[in-house]
Amino acid sequence: MISQCSLLVRIAISSSRIFYPRTNAWGLDIIAELPKEEFILKCTSACAGCSDSLALRYVLKAAGPDTVLVVPACCTSVIQGIYPNTAFNVPTYNVAFAAAAACASGMSNALRATGKKTNVIVYAGDGGTLDIGIQSLSGAFERGTDFLYICYDNEAYGNTGMQRSGGTPLGARTTTTPGGKKDTKKDIDAIVAAHDPPYMATACAAYPQDLFKKVQKALGFRGPSFIHLLAPCPPGWRFPTEKSVEMGRLAVKSGMWVLYEREYGKLTLGAQSKAALRKPVPLEEYLAPQGRFKGIDAKTVDELKQRLEKNLRKLAAEEEAGA
Amino acid sequence: MKKIATGNKAVAEAVKQAAPEVIAAYPITPQTEIVEQIAEFVTNSELRSRYIPVESEHSAMAACIGASITGVRTFTATSSHGLLYMHEMTNWAAGARLPIVMANVNRALGPGWNIWAEHTDALQERDTGWLQVYVSTVQEAYDATLMAFRIAEHEDVLLPVMVNLDGFTLSHIMQPLDTVEPGDFIPALRLPHAIDPENPAGYGGLTGPEQHFRFRWEIERSMRDSVKVIHDTEEDFARRFGRKYGFTEDYRCEDAEVVLVAMGTLGKEAEVAIDTLRSEGVKAGSVRVRWLRPFPALDFKGKDVVVIDRDYSFGFGGILAHEIRAKCGIPVFSVIAGLGGQEVTYEDIADFVRKRRIGGEFWFGVNGHV
Repeated sequence: MISQCSLLVRIAISSSRIFYPRTNAWGLDIIAELPKEEFILKCTSACAGCSDSLALRYVLKAAGPDTVLVVPACCTSVIQGIYPNTAFNVPTYNVAFAAAAACASGMSNALRATGKKTNVIVYAGDGGTLDIGIQSLSGAFERGTDFLYICYDNEAYGNTGMQRSGGTPLGARTTTTPGGKKDTKKDIDAIVAAHDPPYMATACAAYPQDLFKKVQKALGFRGPSFIHLLAPCPPGWRFPTEKSVEMGRLAVKSGMWVLYEREYGKLTLGAQSKAALRKPVPLEEYLAPQGRFKGIDAKTVDELKQRLEKNLRKLAAEEEAGA
Repeated sequence: MKKIATGNKAVAEAVKQAAPEVIAAYPITPQTEIVEQIAEFVTNSELRSRYIPVESEHSAMAACIGASITGVRTFTATSSHGLLYMHEMTNWAAGARLPIVMANVNRALGPGWNIWAEHTDALQERDTGWLQVYVSTVQEAYDATLMAFRIAEHEDVLLPVMVNLDGFTLSHIMQPLDTVEPGDFIPALRLPHAIDPENPAGYGGLTGPEQHFRFRWEIERSMRDSVKVIHDTEEDFARRFGRKYGFTEDYRCEDAEVVLVAMGTLGKEAEVAIDTLRSEGVKAGSVRVRWLRPFPALDFKGKDVVVIDRDYSFGFGGILAHEIRAKCGIPVFSVIAGLGGQEVTYEDIADFVRKRRIGGEFWFGVNGHV
């Protein structure tokens, strides 16, 4: 007889089960208007200024209690705490690095087979999404799995101390690119878009209301949906912990990160990114505060600028063509 | 109901009757016929399962894990490279205490590509916490698969079970098959740690040095407890359906002075060699090891032991031979034969016994005649 089921953690704090209205929260302008119920409790082992855990707080507020998280090896595996404790107040299934989307695929099928509508959300880092997990991600999307895949992107293997990933931008120093990355960031959004999911979006931890709305919207679709979330990382990007939100906003305002959503293939740029298209903040303002870009040469900065402009123009043209 | 079927079809028939809610699988020779047959059952609504046609074996096991933790019955099938590709997840399945049932059609590993029978694939999964049974006939493939669900899902076990059948020499041969109506032979699955949003919990998170070993011990304890569950399940199966199985299948061993030990189809074919030897006046018997994990209690006191391994651990020796030496504390004559489908006749097997050199090792086909 198993007295202690394997790696099972019971939450010590009893969670009050309140009725959770499944309404669209359009028009939310201030954070205070977001639901009060917390699913990330005050005992995480996140680094100071961590925007991964900040974003997850809003993701779960949007998803509500009838949710299962599937988490591959990533910062979030650490943030939830060490057995026998957990800081997450929804069932959280940790699984091997490459396996998140496939695991969620089995979970979603099993839940739907037994008539349950529980949200299945993968919360995976850029390494687990762009690199080692891309096969299972592609398979789950191709098979039309009913789930939401959120890639929180801190642009390196943060959990293991900032090694380069496919998500690391050109020129950024990591522990495995000490001279700055020579290759450009992998365009995972284009790869996901090629699977033609009903809904996909980008988001940024610095815009919680936008993230909240997109998560609620994504969960309203049957089939696979994808949210690619920029998660500025103070120790990894080497900026002061109090500047996480500021860095996220600078990423968007400079056009380095573009906010948009694609619904049944139709793209809509976010207002913040439209503003960046018209009058971007100079890229240097985003790069300068970050230690990872220290010593970046002018040629690389120029290439980054050209690439971000090209990307913005391409997305704007796509929006216009679909209008 | 009596019919004629291949080993693969027999497995699929048993899966149909166990009716898992979720089946996730990826094709690989010589297993493919199992998943094709299951896909057909699902398409014809003979089987009301969700069949997830995953993009790899790693994902097949991951999908079974994700499904199983919700508390539903799951099944997959694989072979050889597919099994090794899912190796990370086979460890995860056992560690997560999920009663997943998998058929593995034993096949050699490349390079070079060889699609024929060998046990090295499953033996590389020995230490993962999976129960492993090796079958020898079409009927046994069916019976063992049915029993695997009940054993895996038993509250004293809650570990995954791998049913092993030899590639081609069993997966693709036709033999009579008597299917049964299992009725309540396999009770509904009640997974005590199934995910439940009403009772949120963390699964498989960070576990420190002061806790990790406890979970490892729990696996070993359940592995030990599974001995009784296997015994009881096989007894109940015999009572209900008339076919008796055990940890080993012993043939003419009572007064035997020399015993031949093997697994799978070679273990069954050995019985013909034993008859030949008996007709020559050699007091020989055979023991076909069915359950490799948990490892059976074997008693070879006073007998010469010849072990045929359809596998090898490079730099060490035949794996079954080694396990028998270690568990029984006796020297054996270790024969390496049948690798990658190498032909081994009854006469060859009889020769292994006739010309045994206890304590020695013999590579059939390499060292010439024994």
